[in-house]
Amino acid sequence: MARTPSICPFCGCGCEFYLASHGGRVVGIEPSPSNPVNKGMLCAKGWNAYEFIHSPDRLTKPLVRKHGTLVESSWEEALKTVAGKLTEIKSQYGPRALAFLSSAKVTNEENYLFMKMARAVFGTNNVDHCARL
Amino acid sequence: MTNSINEFEDADLFLVTGSNTTAQHPLIGSRIINAKERGAKLLLIDPRAIQFAQFADLHLRQNIGTDVAVLNGMMNIIIEENLYDRTFVEERTEGFDQLKSVTSRYTPRVVERISGISAADLEKAARMYATSDKAMLVYCMGITQHTTGTDNVKSCANLAMLTGHIGRPSTGVNPLRGQNNVQGACDMGALPNVYSGYQPVTDTAIKKKFEDAWGVQVLDDKVGLTVTEMMIAVRKEEIKSLYIMGENPMMSDPDTSHIDHALSHLEFLVVQDIFLSETAAKADVVLPAASFAEKEGTFTNTERRVQISKKAVPPPGLARPDWEIICEVSRLAGYAMDYTSPADIMREINTLTPSYAGITYRRLEQSYGIQWPCPNEEHPGTPYLHRDRFTKGRGTFLPCDFKPVAEVPDEEYDFLLTTGRIYYHYHTGTMTRRISILEREAPVPMIEINPEDAKRLSIKNNDTVEITSRRGVIKARAEVTGRVPRKVVFSTFHFHEAPVNLLTNPALDPLAKIPEYKGCAVKVRRCV
Repeated sequence: MARTPSICPFCGCGCEFYLASHGGRVVGIEPSPSNPVNKGMLCAKGWNAYEFIHSPDRLTKPLVRKHGTLVESSWEEALKTVAGKLTEIKSQYGPRALAFLSSAKVTNEENYLFMKMARAVFGTNNVDHCARL
Repeated sequence: MTNSINEFEDADLFLVTGSNTTAQHPLIGSRIINAKERGAKLLLIDPRAIQFAQFADLHLRQNIGTDVAVLNGMMNIIIEENLYDRTFVEERTEGFDQLKSVTSRYTPRVVERISGISAADLEKAARMYATSDKAMLVYCMGITQHTTGTDNVKSCANLAMLTGHIGRPSTGVNPLRGQNNVQGACDMGALPNVYSGYQPVTDTAIKKKFEDAWGVQVLDDKVGLTVTEMMIAVRKEEIKSLYIMGENPMMSDPDTSHIDHALSHLEFLVVQDIFLSETAAKADVVLPAASFAEKEGTFTNTERRVQISKKAVPPPGLARPDWEIICEVSRLAGYAMDYTSPADIMREINTLTPSYAGITYRRLEQSYGIQWPCPNEEHPGTPYLHRDRFTKGRGTFLPCDFKPVAEVPDEEYDFLLTTGRIYYHYHTGTMTRRISILEREAPVPMIEINPEDAKRLSIKNNDTVEITSRRGVIKARAEVTGRVPRKVVFSTFHFHEAPVNLLTNPALDPLAKIPEYKGCAVKVRRCV
């Protein structure tokens, strides 16, 4: 069984725990005994913050809407559609016709890259996330 | 937070307002309860009798949306009774005379009329806070999610400065952040007006710095739109495409019918998520992302502590970490992003973000995180802010006048609905509702209603009730409880079966553009 240090995905306390994993699956959670935030404790949400990781509802393939329905596609097709369509809309209507919603659930590095993509790649400051909600 | 979670252990008093701490931030809630046990005082200002009401030395149940009046009233008493910190006010602040002139109108009698809090309780509260040596003010969305959210926050800051409860350990103004990386998303510039580290997009020198670093000719120097404004712009056909990463506006944003209509209006919607959320179901392209357990990266908690999280398991199927997807989209759009790892991205963040300059993976891996500002690799990080001076020099008092909620109840819509979270679920429920233990504890949407109102409307526990606002209608089961005052109902936004944001009012705070989730007019009836 492997133990991997991780940060709870729920509220802003930032409790540290170890994800216990076996055979590519997370099978349990142990609070970090010495992290100064949670000092060996967790709440009911934190203790159980792993079941959804292996939910059968997880998205496992890109989906592209065809004739009104979302159908499975390759990464290549999905990514080309996204990049192509955003570039097309930008050249047709200007960069302010695009908007980007980042996430309070992803990492700092991902938030940084997302806002860099909005600003440097697509030329718009229309970037925000759900801090207000 | 201006201060740190560990400092809760040395505070003499906690003023908690607009935060159901034991439910939403349980590990901070238990710190406060532990502090109570060793003799610290708890002053609670909240319309609902939340769990903290059982522990509080004094609980003021103000009418919804009257926070500015209550805080002004406390300041008026503190000034009248000479309980304010004269040295702090003289040496570190400006604008005291204006504060005094505005707050002097909020006499205990006036505040009682507006807020329903008795003069005696208000006086007691003012004295408790002002005369404590180390008082921590703790707030959450009950303060901010109002059309007067900015005024509420300013009033909290005024109160802390007036009493000198800021710039020292175990004091301060401490907003609790509701998501594990909402602090980091703000720090990283996922906001329409700033780059990472709150560097304004309108500042010419800053713009030049990012243009040079990113190798682009011209960056936009006009402030962009906030999420709430984006949805309006979509309906006006000014925005044609929306790229949403890890958010669910169909459940989390006010007035769902308006959001639904707006999203349907788009020419192109991309959603990158771990589940096919209510929002993803409307997308043109859905990109499957890795969850927190399936990638490496850093998160910044409510006390500004940046911590590292490692990859435990591979993502399911073809799902990929968000940062890799962003690199691919950028590359295909003609801009090379060749990062080899999150640590590689952090090196760029270090060079462009003064407050994160010294926060490197090497240091994070050898510690329990570092609190920004951390300007260089030798800097230990900053447990509390504003020690010798405020960022701008002197702290300016910004007094505000009371304004009522945007949608006041009338004869037809005679209740106020206030929304929030419960202990067992989280935000729009995409994660917690897929955890069987949590779902077992709270499987169905509930509406809290006061026993007197329930009796008048012949509503019993678990009856199905219908709540209607001018924007929509939902059904949920009644929980008859004194937790809510009369003429107030409470519900949550966790349940797609009863999406409470169908009802909420999209009226915004003019500056922060935050919607008024904590009060809109509704009517209530029992379903037969």
